[in-house]
Amino acid sequence: MNAERPDPDELLARVERENAKARRGRLKIFFGAAAGVGKTYAMLLAARERRAENLDVLVGLVETHGRKETQALLEGLEVLPSRVIDYKGAKLYEFDIDAALKRRPAIILVDELAHTNAPGSRHPKRWQDIHELLEAGIDVYTALNVQHLESLNDDIGHISGIRVWETVPDTVFEDANEIELVDLPPDELLVRLKEGKVYVPHQAQHALDHFFRKGNLIALRELALRQTASRVDAQMLNYRDDHAIRDVWQVNERILICIGSNALAERLVRAGKRLATGLRAEWIVAYVETPQLQRMSAEKRDGVLRILRLAEQLGAETVTLSAPEIGQALIRFARERNINKIVLGKPSRRGWRRWLMGSVVDVLISNAHNINIYLLGSPLRSERGDPHAELALIRKGPLPGLRQRIPARTQKRYKGYIWAVAVTILSTVVGDMVFGQLELANLVMLYLLGVVYIATRFGRGPSILASVLGVGVFDFMFVQPYYSFSVADSQFLITLLAMLVVAIVISNLMVNVRSQAKVASHRERRAAVLYAMSKDLAASQTEMDVVRTAVRHLETEFSSRNVILFPNKNGRMVYPGQKPLAESLLGADLSVAQWVFDHNEMAGQGTNTLPGAAAIYFPFQNEDKVLGVLALLPVNLRRVFLPEQQKLLETFLRQIGQAIARIRFAEQAKLTHTQIEAERLRNSLLSAISHDLRTPLATIIGSASTLAENNGQLPPPDRLDLCRAIIDEAERMSSLINNILDMARLDAGALELNRQWHPVEEIIGTVLTLLQKKLADRQVRVNLPPGIPMLYADSVMIEQVLINLLENAARYTPPGSPLEINTEVAKRAVKITVADHGPGIPKGQEERLFEKFYQTRHEAAQSGVGLGLAICRAIVQVHGGKIYARNRQTGGAEFTFVLPIDQPPPVIEK
Amino acid sequence: MSKNNPVIIVIEDDPPIRRFLRTGLSAQGFTVFEADTGKQGIVEAGVRKPDLVILDLGLPDMDGVEVIKAIRNWSTLPIIILSARSNDQSKIDALDVGADDYLTKPFSIGELLARIRVALRHRARPLEQLQNNVFTTANLKIDLTNRLVSLDNREIHLTPIQYRLLSVLVKHAGKVLTHQQILKEVWGPSYQENAHYLRIYMSQLRHKLEADPTQPQFLLTESGVGYRFKV
Repeated sequence: MNAERPDPDELLARVERENAKARRGRLKIFFGAAAGVGKTYAMLLAARERRAENLDVLVGLVETHGRKETQALLEGLEVLPSRVIDYKGAKLYEFDIDAALKRRPAIILVDELAHTNAPGSRHPKRWQDIHELLEAGIDVYTALNVQHLESLNDDIGHISGIRVWETVPDTVFEDANEIELVDLPPDELLVRLKEGKVYVPHQAQHALDHFFRKGNLIALRELALRQTASRVDAQMLNYRDDHAIRDVWQVNERILICIGSNALAERLVRAGKRLATGLRAEWIVAYVETPQLQRMSAEKRDGVLRILRLAEQLGAETVTLSAPEIGQALIRFARERNINKIVLGKPSRRGWRRWLMGSVVDVLISNAHNINIYLLGSPLRSERGDPHAELALIRKGPLPGLRQRIPARTQKRYKGYIWAVAVTILSTVVGDMVFGQLELANLVMLYLLGVVYIATRFGRGPSILASVLGVGVFDFMFVQPYYSFSVADSQFLITLLAMLVVAIVISNLMVNVRSQAKVASHRERRAAVLYAMSKDLAASQTEMDVVRTAVRHLETEFSSRNVILFPNKNGRMVYPGQKPLAESLLGADLSVAQWVFDHNEMAGQGTNTLPGAAAIYFPFQNEDKVLGVLALLPVNLRRVFLPEQQKLLETFLRQIGQAIARIRFAEQAKLTHTQIEAERLRNSLLSAISHDLRTPLATIIGSASTLAENNGQLPPPDRLDLCRAIIDEAERMSSLINNILDMARLDAGALELNRQWHPVEEIIGTVLTLLQKKLADRQVRVNLPPGIPMLYADSVMIEQVLINLLENAARYTPPGSPLEINTEVAKRAVKITVADHGPGIPKGQEERLFEKFYQTRHEAAQSGVGLGLAICRAIVQVHGGKIYARNRQTGGAEFTFVLPIDQPPPVIEK
Repeated sequence: MSKNNPVIIVIEDDPPIRRFLRTGLSAQGFTVFEADTGKQGIVEAGVRKPDLVILDLGLPDMDGVEVIKAIRNWSTLPIIILSARSNDQSKIDALDVGADDYLTKPFSIGELLARIRVALRHRARPLEQLQNNVFTTANLKIDLTNRLVSLDNREIHLTPIQYRLLSVLVKHAGKVLTHQQILKEVWGPSYQENAHYLRIYMSQLRHKLEADPTQPQFLLTESGVGYRFKV
């Protein structure tokens, strides 16, 4: 093996990345240490150069802050008008992304990458606008200060004492195609500041004075330079990878960052990011939810959620593990994912508590072999300065849209304490009754029993109360000296202490068991919900079924109103055509749905795109193809954005996508089948017509030409014979053509039923009169009991059914054999049967007889096209009835059609 | 133009059909005049003093119904219409405005001749079975003066409506009457929609007059069109 060969998988991934980049627009960031170094100026200069190269350059948005030199550079460049937003009376000028996308320049300039958009904009952040521009294939020039980089945000906050909230994920910086460092030594910057060439918002004057200290500026400059250098370094490494320059293959690093719910979490994530970038490693941020942690307040859980989202923005994969014990869960996960570095906070327990209760770090160190463990210390209290600043991110309150959880179970607790007192009293009463008969040690057991009972039912507080009360009362009542809290025998002290410890341990255990049971039941419920939905989805036969099932199940799980939107033929989202369900969301925003559908990303409330929308919009897909959009309006956003719930929702969406795709495939298959069937029919029609029309034509032409040729020479009987043959064959053709035309009309569905009330007897009479000649040699027995109701039917068509059945009977039974027409009343229907005494129907063909172009005996001389019975079936079916054939037990076949009577026959007014 | 040589006008646009009608009818001793449009047909009917008109409903220049109406303006001569099979309604319309009989294409010359003979016989001697206002056919006797109906010389009791229905049919014996025509004559113009009345009474009549109501001898159903009293 040649060690110089690059790893093919890695190369492939690189090629894919490059391809994706090639389709996207190119991002160039003008990067500086602080405001005033001349980023905008440099950007405009570059833009003018491009313009001079005849490229289509558009200034999307540039802040000149009234500086003349900068303003001058704008001349000759096309500037996109800003979008004016009225926000609480103030006019805000924002970058107009829709206009930019519509205009589609080759290069667009959008200043201030870290800018936060006015409320009501499509994306909360400008970098997201730029992301969309790049996706659309437009090259973007933008400017950024180092302090706005997410991973440096924390450090710079420490250095400068000023923390900016407008941050840009590092991934945006890393994915930029080009970084141009705009550098200015601090002294010169300070001079420019004095000259008033640096834009300083008035109200922030004081803070910025503080900011623009020379020390700060040097530090910022260093950071900017270092950041640029590390990028260059990364490019160098990439280059070496491409050209297989590396001597030693880098092991694929995977770093696991473990966060808790404490203040260290955010620092851990940022540190992890730096480590991962430095090592060019994959990184995963994990949060282990233990039963204790599950009892945390909602705000704290939101804080964790926020940190996880931050990690995602910084490019990490995030997981939430649910386990009773953090250390073991981390080890298991690390093994599964081949993690070789774990970063976590320094243990918070110290001294004896750590020794007694253990710590996650200890568990990891003693169990995780081949894994390096990094500990991040928390800053000393004195160093930390304002500890609240550190907590800021966590304390920032609930996630947007998340509402506070209110219901506290105070009442139940209260009840627990009453029970604790009651149980102690009960124990005392029982103890008093048996006092003297039992040893004191056994009396203690009575109280212990009570404590265990309280601990199992009401948790820690009441059980501690019960044990303290128990100990007190026991001492008071049963330990000498009686009715005093003093203890004569010191050995009882141990009894008392043991009781207390047992109470606390048991209640703790019980509490854990209970919350684990809760976790388990949650999980079980989720599994059940998922199972129920997949079962229902599997049973769904139509797209509408799927949608209805999904909407209902989503409502059950997420307490949300939902609607599933599909695009029309032109790819535009439209409202569903069906009647809404009770659980349906009405008035979803189609433009948001359209954006989601086009970009295959979620949007709406609580997300990064169009957060102003009321609902949340998720795309769902099957095998890369976006099929539609789910709009979901939850009662409580937490129910959607909790990690486990989000996973559940993702699974839901996947299942919905699969179900829809399955049904579409099935429909496609059915359509294909129908087409094949139609094709087969057309072929049999052609062969049947060509055979059955040509045969009589041969006779007609032959006979007629014989007559014409031998004019006057043929003896009269022969002439008559030929003429009869012509007439017979022509009649045969005529009935054939009638059948074909009837079938065509029935098939086309163009038939209008002329339904009226008809006595069965009249229909039979008409048919028998019409068939008088054909049935002349047969006895036709009509069995028409009195009281047969009238039929509401198209008489001409029903007569046609009878005619076809009788003609068939005449055709396939020996001449002269009798026929029967039987009528009887069935349940809300009339049954008419044509029976014969012929050879019967070949076994197994009773159903096939009614298929088009089906004949029992092929090539039979008397055959028709095989349409007669198919016509019968079609006619009976349009009347809402059914028709079937079977052999009679006494020999012969019988064909029965049943016509429903779905309304009362008319009565004659007197 | 003697009685032995009745004049028939054929209004039909299809030459082969005209040809076989001309041949077939001439061979049977009819004098045949042809017209290939409705207008010419109306003119011929006025000029030739025909005994009967054979009219195709599918003419290129005008609706056959209009032709019938035009002829009925001045004549009651029998009109037999020829219609395509799938066109029940135009057939009914034609009968409603006064056509006497119809034939559905394709038909044999034999069928046509039978219809022609019935129609001509009617025209020459309306209701030959009617003597002294008593109509007799086979074993059925209807005394229109005394309103008596007898079968095999046994009197049959009929309700007033049954009798009225029977008398209407008998008066036009041999001719096809549409549902509308019968309803109008028996029940009056406001009952035009109640075709089931007619069917129910017809069924009652058959039960009283026919040996086997499912194989009627007198009261025939013209499927989808109306009824005819067979003579």
